[in-house]
Amino acid sequence: MELQSIWFFLWGLLWAIFFLTDGFDFGIGILYPFAGKTDRDKRVMLNAKGPLWDGNEVWLITAGGVTFAAFPKVYATMFSSLYTPLMLILFALIFRGVALHFRGKIESPGWKKTWDTLIFLGSFMPALLFGVAFANIFAGIPFDNQGLYHGNTLKLLNPYGLLGGLLFVLLFMLHGANWMTIKSTGELQERFAQIAAKTWMVLVPVAVAFLIASFFATRLYDNYIKSPALFLVIVLAVAALFCARYFNAKKAWFKAWFASALTIMGCTFFGIFGLFPALFPSSMNPAWDLTAFNASSSPLTLKIMLGVVSIFIPIVIAYQSWAYHLFKDPVSDEDLDMDEAY
Amino acid sequence: MDPVFLSRLQFAAATMFHFLFVPLTLGLSILIAYMETRYAWSGDKNYLRMTKFWGKLFLINFALGVVTGITLEFQFGTNWSRYSEYVGDVFGSLLAIEASAAFFLESTFIGIWIFGWKKLSAKAHAVVMWLVAIAGISSAAWILIANGFMQHPVGYDIRNGRAELTDFLALITNKHGLLEIIHVLPASLLLGAFFIMGISAYHLLRKQHTEIFLKSFRIGLVVGLVTSLLTAFTGDLHGVNVSKTQPAKLAAMESHWETTTQAPLVMFAIPDETQEKNKIEIGAIPGLLSFLGFHDFNAEVIGLKDIPKQDRPPVLPIFIGFRTMVGLGTLLILLMIYGWIRRNKLMESPNYLKIMLWSIPLPYIAMEMGWVVSEVGRQPWIVYNLMRTSDAVSPIAGSQVMVSLTAFILVYGLLGAVGFYLIAKSVKEGPGAVTE
Repeated sequence: MELQSIWFFLWGLLWAIFFLTDGFDFGIGILYPFAGKTDRDKRVMLNAKGPLWDGNEVWLITAGGVTFAAFPKVYATMFSSLYTPLMLILFALIFRGVALHFRGKIESPGWKKTWDTLIFLGSFMPALLFGVAFANIFAGIPFDNQGLYHGNTLKLLNPYGLLGGLLFVLLFMLHGANWMTIKSTGELQERFAQIAAKTWMVLVPVAVAFLIASFFATRLYDNYIKSPALFLVIVLAVAALFCARYFNAKKAWFKAWFASALTIMGCTFFGIFGLFPALFPSSMNPAWDLTAFNASSSPLTLKIMLGVVSIFIPIVIAYQSWAYHLFKDPVSDEDLDMDEAY
Repeated sequence: MDPVFLSRLQFAAATMFHFLFVPLTLGLSILIAYMETRYAWSGDKNYLRMTKFWGKLFLINFALGVVTGITLEFQFGTNWSRYSEYVGDVFGSLLAIEASAAFFLESTFIGIWIFGWKKLSAKAHAVVMWLVAIAGISSAAWILIANGFMQHPVGYDIRNGRAELTDFLALITNKHGLLEIIHVLPASLLLGAFFIMGISAYHLLRKQHTEIFLKSFRIGLVVGLVTSLLTAFTGDLHGVNVSKTQPAKLAAMESHWETTTQAPLVMFAIPDETQEKNKIEIGAIPGLLSFLGFHDFNAEVIGLKDIPKQDRPPVLPIFIGFRTMVGLGTLLILLMIYGWIRRNKLMESPNYLKIMLWSIPLPYIAMEMGWVVSEVGRQPWIVYNLMRTSDAVSPIAGSQVMVSLTAFILVYGLLGAVGFYLIAKSVKEGPGAVTE
């Protein structure tokens, strides 16, 4: 495989890992005002992701950094075209991060309520907007051969874009609920098991609708028709989605979470395989698509960066896995009593 | 509305706000790692209480540093897309390496540090703090290397209508970047030391928790004395390099208009950029500018008049910024020397303690001013002598930037106020009892 193609799939992989790690943080944040009935419930939810979310968020930074390094033209055009939605995501992430750290600092209902709202918005907005943005990217963005954007932010909220947003929100809700079944006990755990099951019921028709709508709204299936073996990724995503429900019913919480992680991975790669070789397709003219071949860095940069990520990404995965292992047990009263707890 | 001006304003506001938190994160992480190490290996509970107290302040500061840093990486794409496209092949890789090699480590292990008190042994927990500190330093180093490229581009060739990487080793051993690293790191430790001494002084003046805060103050004093001198020394090295590679910046730093040998250093002046001279000049010391810039009293210093107008940076902010930085840096050294003399009589030196409490903002101002000199002094170039800032901006509407700039100012202003309030509150509460 050419260097550019390797980088294309690495780029997709980094986004996929971001969605499957920070995805459950977003999901917990979205469920937060509804599932967290008491202050203790809420604190269990926050402390369930407390030790991990910061590291998860760096997958976004790395995905952004790698886009800059390997596909500078994509980085330039994508983020200047999607200026307003990206700014909204960034501000939402600012609020989420600060809210998690600051909520527990003062024992006052008004203080906590303010940060609670921001925790929800700071999780819901990125989940929705990443879905909207990626669906629009799948469908193509109106920019010309000079990288000049001809759309506007409201046009991103078209039916297909919104469907993508809804899909992301539901996927993350399922994933978040699954993580909470691992990190809680008793009645709370049952509550999240039910939330996961209910979310799943809504997610399935939305996912099917998205797969069908993609046929009409995007060029994604061209690659699948050319190489039918690719359909395996859709089969895998669907199978993982069903496993998520099955393991939930079996009370195999880890497996259920793993299955929803795999579902998110499969969904992301459904788009990535369909996009190839375009990273940022133009809806104005397919000849203006920014692809792995016309928007990449020089071979030297790609080689050096391949060396860098081949060394560091496995190391990161190793120590992050250790961190997950370290904090795999349900949040206990003792955990909540710690000074440092959220 | 001009998207160039607004984007510059936005980036300046966002970086300067971000940099209120970065040096304290760097400085405190090392000092806290040291305190925790003392606890883990000696079992002295006072060091544990110190670790927890300073750790609490550290984390409030850290949270703000992280969230304000995230937007910066993306602003190169949102607001400076022409720049990103033109130099991404060289510059982008440095940001990607920063994220994968340093920021991941820092963010993952800070979570383990916060929540891992009961999951890890005391020694392992201290090691985790060292990893956070090392990751933070290495993160800063990569960012400064990236900035070094903007200040003094090396390791590239213009090919295919853009700057392409030709020599990675030259890029990461860029002298300008390395000099920034050895200047910014001791300055960050100095800021961390002043933070610790100032807050310790607050409690020492009230004669509360004296054991803990005398210990903390003395750690700050040792570190502060060494790093205040080191910062001045590396700042001088940095200045000599700038004199050679960025003559326009040197001339603006001194509001120096005519090219002369034995160039004087002017203590005070009011630059007049339209008349190309100084309205008022007071206290010119002959030859001193030549000496500071080139370590030679007879060296020729290029004046602004010999630099084409379109290549000159704005003089006033750089002139004031440089004087403020150097003046404060000198003051910090004096405070450290005096503190060292009084190190065993701190409790009998309430005036000194009061001064130290009110000196907390000084290293902050000095560091921000240092960045004004460095970055405003780089203008009108985004990459020195390679790309102009005005050619680098994204093809976006000024109104879009106006909205995001307003949001930045409002949100950051609010967060800054909340952060300051929380830190002040934690300071007043003082160190808690420890049960472990």
